[in-house]
Amino acid sequence: MTTDRIVGIDLGTTNSLVAFMQGEGPVVIPGEDGLNLVPSVVALDENDQGIVGNAARKYLIETPERAVYSIKRLMGRGLEDIQQELKLFPFHLADDLQSGEVLRIRLGERTFTPPEISAFVLRQLKRNAERFFNAPVTKAVITVPAYFNDAQRQATKDAGRIAGLEVLRLVNEPTAASLAYGLDRKKNGVVAVYDLGGGTFDISILKLHDGIFEVIATNGDTHLGGDDIDNLLIAIALDDIRGDMGLDVSRNGEVVATIRKAVIDAKIALSSEPATKLDVELPGGKRYLREITREQFEQLIQPVIDRTAGPCKQALQDAGLKPEQIDEVVLVGGSTRIPKVRALVEEMFRRKPHIDLNPDEVVALGAAVQANILSGGSEATENMLLLDVTPLSLGIEVAGGVTDKIILRNSTIPASATQHYTTQVDGQANVAIHVLQGERELAKDCRSLARFDLRGIPPMPAGIPRVEVRFLIDANGILHVSAREQRSGKEAVIQVQPSYGLTDEQVESMILDSFDSAEEDFRQRQVIEARNEAGTILTALEKGKKSPAWGQLTHDEKKKIAKLERALNRVKDEDDYPAIRTAIDDLNQGTMRLAELMMDSAVSSVLKGKTMDQADLGEGPDAPHPVAKAEFD
Amino acid sequence: MRAAHFCQACGKVQPPAPVDYFTFFGMPRKLNLDVPRLEREFYELSRKLHPDLNARADKREQEWSLEQSSLLNDAYRTLKDPIRRTQYLLGLEGVELEEQSKSATEKARAAGEVKKQIVPPDLLEEVFELNMQLEELRMQKKMGEDDPALIEEVGKQKMELEQKYESLLEELKSHWSAWDKAVDSDDEASLQQARDKMVDLLNRRNYLRNLVRDVSEVLGS
Repeated sequence: MTTDRIVGIDLGTTNSLVAFMQGEGPVVIPGEDGLNLVPSVVALDENDQGIVGNAARKYLIETPERAVYSIKRLMGRGLEDIQQELKLFPFHLADDLQSGEVLRIRLGERTFTPPEISAFVLRQLKRNAERFFNAPVTKAVITVPAYFNDAQRQATKDAGRIAGLEVLRLVNEPTAASLAYGLDRKKNGVVAVYDLGGGTFDISILKLHDGIFEVIATNGDTHLGGDDIDNLLIAIALDDIRGDMGLDVSRNGEVVATIRKAVIDAKIALSSEPATKLDVELPGGKRYLREITREQFEQLIQPVIDRTAGPCKQALQDAGLKPEQIDEVVLVGGSTRIPKVRALVEEMFRRKPHIDLNPDEVVALGAAVQANILSGGSEATENMLLLDVTPLSLGIEVAGGVTDKIILRNSTIPASATQHYTTQVDGQANVAIHVLQGERELAKDCRSLARFDLRGIPPMPAGIPRVEVRFLIDANGILHVSAREQRSGKEAVIQVQPSYGLTDEQVESMILDSFDSAEEDFRQRQVIEARNEAGTILTALEKGKKSPAWGQLTHDEKKKIAKLERALNRVKDEDDYPAIRTAIDDLNQGTMRLAELMMDSAVSSVLKGKTMDQADLGEGPDAPHPVAKAEFD
Repeated sequence: MRAAHFCQACGKVQPPAPVDYFTFFGMPRKLNLDVPRLEREFYELSRKLHPDLNARADKREQEWSLEQSSLLNDAYRTLKDPIRRTQYLLGLEGVELEEQSKSATEKARAAGEVKKQIVPPDLLEEVFELNMQLEELRMQKKMGEDDPALIEEVGKQKMELEQKYESLLEELKSHWSAWDKAVDSDDEASLQQARDKMVDLLNRRNYLRNLVRDVSEVLGS
């Protein structure tokens, strides 16, 4: 039961979230800091321990060479793909990186592949969920941009495995969002989801039909988002500083990181204010000050947001629909908070978009809905089914370097295609196949997914063997290939060389919490947390004994508390979680009256105008008894 | 009748049977297909075959569910589209329509030649003229020249070709009933006649599509 709990994860460029289905609807699971959003920032502390989220943000400014953000931009990509990225983002690549190799990022003295860095974020989310459920979590649905290609999807799945998560499904982000919206408005019609996040843009058009969410067309740009707006603003600030102050700070990682933080704050402010100020401290006691009006901001970002129009038009055309045939438009992603973006969407689809759900959370909520469907469904998700599509055509390189498309974009997945191959030379035993993804005519303009070698074809005259190769895109949008020589009935062996991906062995060696040890790790963490809790309650009890309330207890009550206290002290350093738990609960129960008495005296001291020591009342909502749950208002 | 996708006793997903797409949906092998019914069947089968709804089944059943639902999606995609449906059915009847034209195109491209497709005779003159104009536009572009009158003229022809292309679908549909009827009455001569007509129309359609693409290439870039 508990081990079957599947969580939904939004692994975002800027922020990540974990959610699950609680009864009627999905809820986001907060982190230890009580916040729903976990910034997708990873840093290595001085002991080479991975730090994730808000805690890692200070490293971006203090030790930028030990921290990384927006790693999603590098998932499933090669050195050749990311030249533009490298100009705009402070990614520190490993020095010995070869072309064609999986990227490695330097954090301090160590290097990590993008899936490993994403795995740090995933593991944090996993832990947040485990703390929340008080049970291990090993299964997840993870969302990806709809326009992610095979390599990017595979890299995301690898990241899950490295984090000790079995990824039951990759769901496209806009589709997930539509699931979250679809929960409370079960009606039929055509919906467009416009998803502009930190680093990616997706547009999906869906037909809703009695609980079936059928994607008709999807399009997008995996390198378009809020990051691009930030970079424009940073470039202007750097220019200003160079021009007005004669100071070139563009190579000073710390200053650039500070500017980045300031422009993001400004960007956010401009969604609600007509103008805002940039105020950045520079080295040498100087200060960069600049006012930006919303008008200037909108002018500046126009080219960025205009880039979303093309994919929208293409998706409409592929769906065979006119804008007025769209019944509803849904906005997803933090960047859709920008009023100018909303105006553009409204103009394009000729209707006001929906913003009922928090655009930062809606994808994770939808992932939780999908997780619920996969785990057998509930009343809330009854009859719900997602039929998604592959965003990009799948093809094979044929003579002359031309792409022969065998599965067209926007085909419902799972989808398959069969191709037949033969040999060109007598006795030829191998055939090479180059698999491509993309819409362009020429193979060199498409994304190379993999090169397959068919091996072990029985010796026959040229042209006689008939090798059937089957390409199958699964429900995650990931390609599988199988082959058979039909004359001999022999299974041909396929050797896969993913163009930019990790091999199974590599992933295996990277696994942070292997599946076998997940349970064990969890137990250990559970014991440690219980010990901490025991320490807290024992300290509180010591304080309680010194309070006037202690004197109001009967002899029997005191004796009982002493006995329970001894019991807890006896087990708290053992590895027996249930025993510690029971002893904590017993002592909590036994000190209930003491807590009430302390509360009364505390409240009366407040009434007498005396100050009250907060520590005596526990340390906030997470602190356990002996202070019974207080309701101050 | 529909293929046996599920176990009669326990209702679980079974491995796909080697059947044609029509049989998969339990629908008659007709070109005039009841498309609303096809859609209903598709949704109904999706609700049972899709991997999401079999995620807790054992590994073998999950595999079958993946196979079955990919087959379901492939079949639906093929049958709901009038052109693909016609091509598919003709293929079942032994006409290697698509493969022929595709391999011919590939070979021509590999050899760096203009596609050696058979020009439909009634288009011969028009196409000859158009190809001359395209060649001239290409030359002009190379020289950095610009001839708005010629561009407009070619643009107009492109629109006409597109209209012709669209109208072929209606013409194709007009032969469906003849085909379906000939199948029912086992009338070999009528069958042959309808088949030849449809093959011709599909080839012509292919030809026009390539032509429009060529024109777009020259006009566009």
